[in-house]
Amino acid sequence: MWRIFLIVMLWAAPVFAVQPDEVLEDAALEERARALSASLRCPVCQGESIDDSNAPISRDLRIAVRERLVAGDTDAQVIDYIVARYGEFVLFDPPARGINLILWLAGPVMLLTAGGIAVIALRGSGRAEAVALTDADRARVDEILKS
Amino acid sequence: MIVELGHFALVLALGVALVQTVLPMWGAHRGNAALMAVGDTAAVVQFLLLLTSFAALTYAFVLSDFSLALVVDNSHTDKPMIYKISGVWGNHEGSLLLWTSILALFGACASWFGDNLPKALRARVLSVQGSIGVAFLLFMLLTSNPFLRLESPPMNGTDLNPLLQDPGLAFHPPFLYLGYVGLSMSFSFAVAALIEGRVDAAWARWVRPWTLAAWVFLTIGIAMGSWWAYYELGWGGFWFWDPVENASLMPWLFAAALLHSAIVVEKRESLKAWTVLLAIMAFGFSLIGTFIVRSGVITSVHAFANDPERGVFILLILAVFLGGALVLYAARAGVMEGRGVFSMVSRESALVANNILLAVSALVVFIGTVWPLIAEVMWGRTLSVGAPFFNAAFSPFFVALAILLPVGAMMPWKRGDIGRTLRSLRWAMVLALAVGALVFAVQTGRSALGPVAAALAVWVVLGAVADLWLRTGRGSIGGRLARLGRLPRADWGKATAHAGMGVTIFAVAAITTWVAEDIRVVQIGGSFEMGRYTVTLDAVNELREANYLTTKATMSVTAGGREVAVLYPEKRFYPVAQMPTTEAAIDLGVFRDLYLVIGDKQDNGGWAVRSYIKPFANWIWGGCLLMALGGLLSLTDRRYRLAAGARKVALQPAE
Repeated sequence: MWRIFLIVMLWAAPVFAVQPDEVLEDAALEERARALSASLRCPVCQGESIDDSNAPISRDLRIAVRERLVAGDTDAQVIDYIVARYGEFVLFDPPARGINLILWLAGPVMLLTAGGIAVIALRGSGRAEAVALTDADRARVDEILKS
Repeated sequence: MIVELGHFALVLALGVALVQTVLPMWGAHRGNAALMAVGDTAAVVQFLLLLTSFAALTYAFVLSDFSLALVVDNSHTDKPMIYKISGVWGNHEGSLLLWTSILALFGACASWFGDNLPKALRARVLSVQGSIGVAFLLFMLLTSNPFLRLESPPMNGTDLNPLLQDPGLAFHPPFLYLGYVGLSMSFSFAVAALIEGRVDAAWARWVRPWTLAAWVFLTIGIAMGSWWAYYELGWGGFWFWDPVENASLMPWLFAAALLHSAIVVEKRESLKAWTVLLAIMAFGFSLIGTFIVRSGVITSVHAFANDPERGVFILLILAVFLGGALVLYAARAGVMEGRGVFSMVSRESALVANNILLAVSALVVFIGTVWPLIAEVMWGRTLSVGAPFFNAAFSPFFVALAILLPVGAMMPWKRGDIGRTLRSLRWAMVLALAVGALVFAVQTGRSALGPVAAALAVWVVLGAVADLWLRTGRGSIGGRLARLGRLPRADWGKATAHAGMGVTIFAVAAITTWVAEDIRVVQIGGSFEMGRYTVTLDAVNELREANYLTTKATMSVTAGGREVAVLYPEKRFYPVAQMPTTEAAIDLGVFRDLYLVIGDKQDNGGWAVRSYIKPFANWIWGGCLLMALGGLLSLTDRRYRLAAGARKVALQPAE
């Protein structure tokens, strides 16, 4: 019931993602704003970025991002500004430091481990094959080839 | 009455599944043919019972029987018939019934098409398949019964989620389930092989078609879901790295790895233990996917009707089957020594590399998906992992796969020579680099993703062509062309599927890099330039349809004075569910889609309009279809049909 109520609340005034009146005059700034808002999560939606979300709070956040950019903030400063108010939950792109290093390094570490194991295993099997050909075999091969 | 019949059939199916689990396994252990044969009967009976049950639920939905709680929650009399039917699986309980019915269907197939399997192996496979059925039937009857009646039925239902009232979404779950559940066959074969302690070429020849079929269904299901997202969500995104999408991608990646490593077992009797492990992991990740979708531990757009009690139950199923199989694996994998040795440079090694890349990329997706959960449980931090992480951490694996693919695919078995293989691919390489350079020159000052992907795609597609061409041997061009048609379907399947992957990689990069977007306010009668097109907003009408209200715009698109298309983007509102949806209007094209969305009325009387030009959009799903087609071609290869022929001969009565 609570969920239905929430949905009705959020969609009481259906709006759609980025509105024409939000778009900045400066194309370069607008591009930065879009890139930033694509990596910020809407705090009340289920897994949507504020760039895609229709929720009013996402609109507020999009406008806040643009205000900070117009005020001359760097991308990092804008992110810090939003995170300071809504927590790291809104970051779709978890920064590669602290515990998140585990997340970022998991792929390369697993790849190197699996690759290493495979190379060692293949070396072993390759050698086994090489051993299979003895000197006697070689002599016999030479004999056949000469004749 | 019919609903009670369905309910009763469901309970009876649980009993039959129990019999199917216990008796054939015991029979195989004791060498008792009669007990083993029970498995076949039970598998077919279980399937027929679940079919009855499913038919009964469908009947209740078609007739809008509002004494059923499930029908009330997910249907409405005003809904078109097709969505009444798709409503059967558009919810937790019904989708579970579909899941279990397909599980039983695969069990029955193993019995119908399994005449040439060793009797004991077949009995064990059916027993394992039956035990999965027991787990899910118990889950359904104890926590998610679709046949619960209401004491006082309401006059009408509360409608199916409007987002689900769409052909793309209505029919993608059955395909996905055929894929997820199809992997249960590979799992059952793997566990049966572990119990028997024997894996050989015949085993692989059995596992491979099941995996291939499951993978084809998964590919189609994922493509349909992604296509739906593209046209329904209103801004043309096709993949969101949503937990539920990841849940379908992980088994797909493992299945892709499995069907490649099964080739090595089939042709070279090598990599046996690894293949069995992959089979366990592929289905394990299907179950993990089910857990993610159904438990609600990870919130997602798709997670309908989730609650913790169900989550715990699925976790239990997961622990028993994945944990049990892995313990069995640890105990028995050593028995399966491979026979074929191969050197570092060989087709086998290339397939090992393929397997590592696919499996690790699947694990990266897995870690990214569950990381918020881990961070919250371990450190009490609520954080998110989204598209930026996955794009950065996952894409390199597919770049590496695409680079290796043509070389690996043409490498000879056992011992190869990289220089030799590269020489036969030199034209593909030159052309790929040329196309990459050309794209780089044309698209001045954009991301390097476009040119790199274009070069990779040409490399992969031409690699597939070169592979086919070399298979025709030597001689005159005419003779080789004639031989091309007589190549085994498996060769055609391989080339088609690989080319499909190249196409999809290119299209994904192209649409991400070269998309053009425009957001503005347009007055009625006003027009604006979008690339080489002129878009005019001719009219906006408010209309009332059977089960929704709509704001429908008429927009005409011209290029150089010639009319290209008239499009009708809509904004709908479903009053019963109190939900709005956007219906983008798309002019489909070979090289670009023109994608129009109508927004809100502005204070000055104009309308907000969003428009996109999406280059090569259809190539994403075209590539997926090529991959699926390649799988189908391989599936109908002579060696599998020969096995079917041998079965028919065996069925002839001895005279």
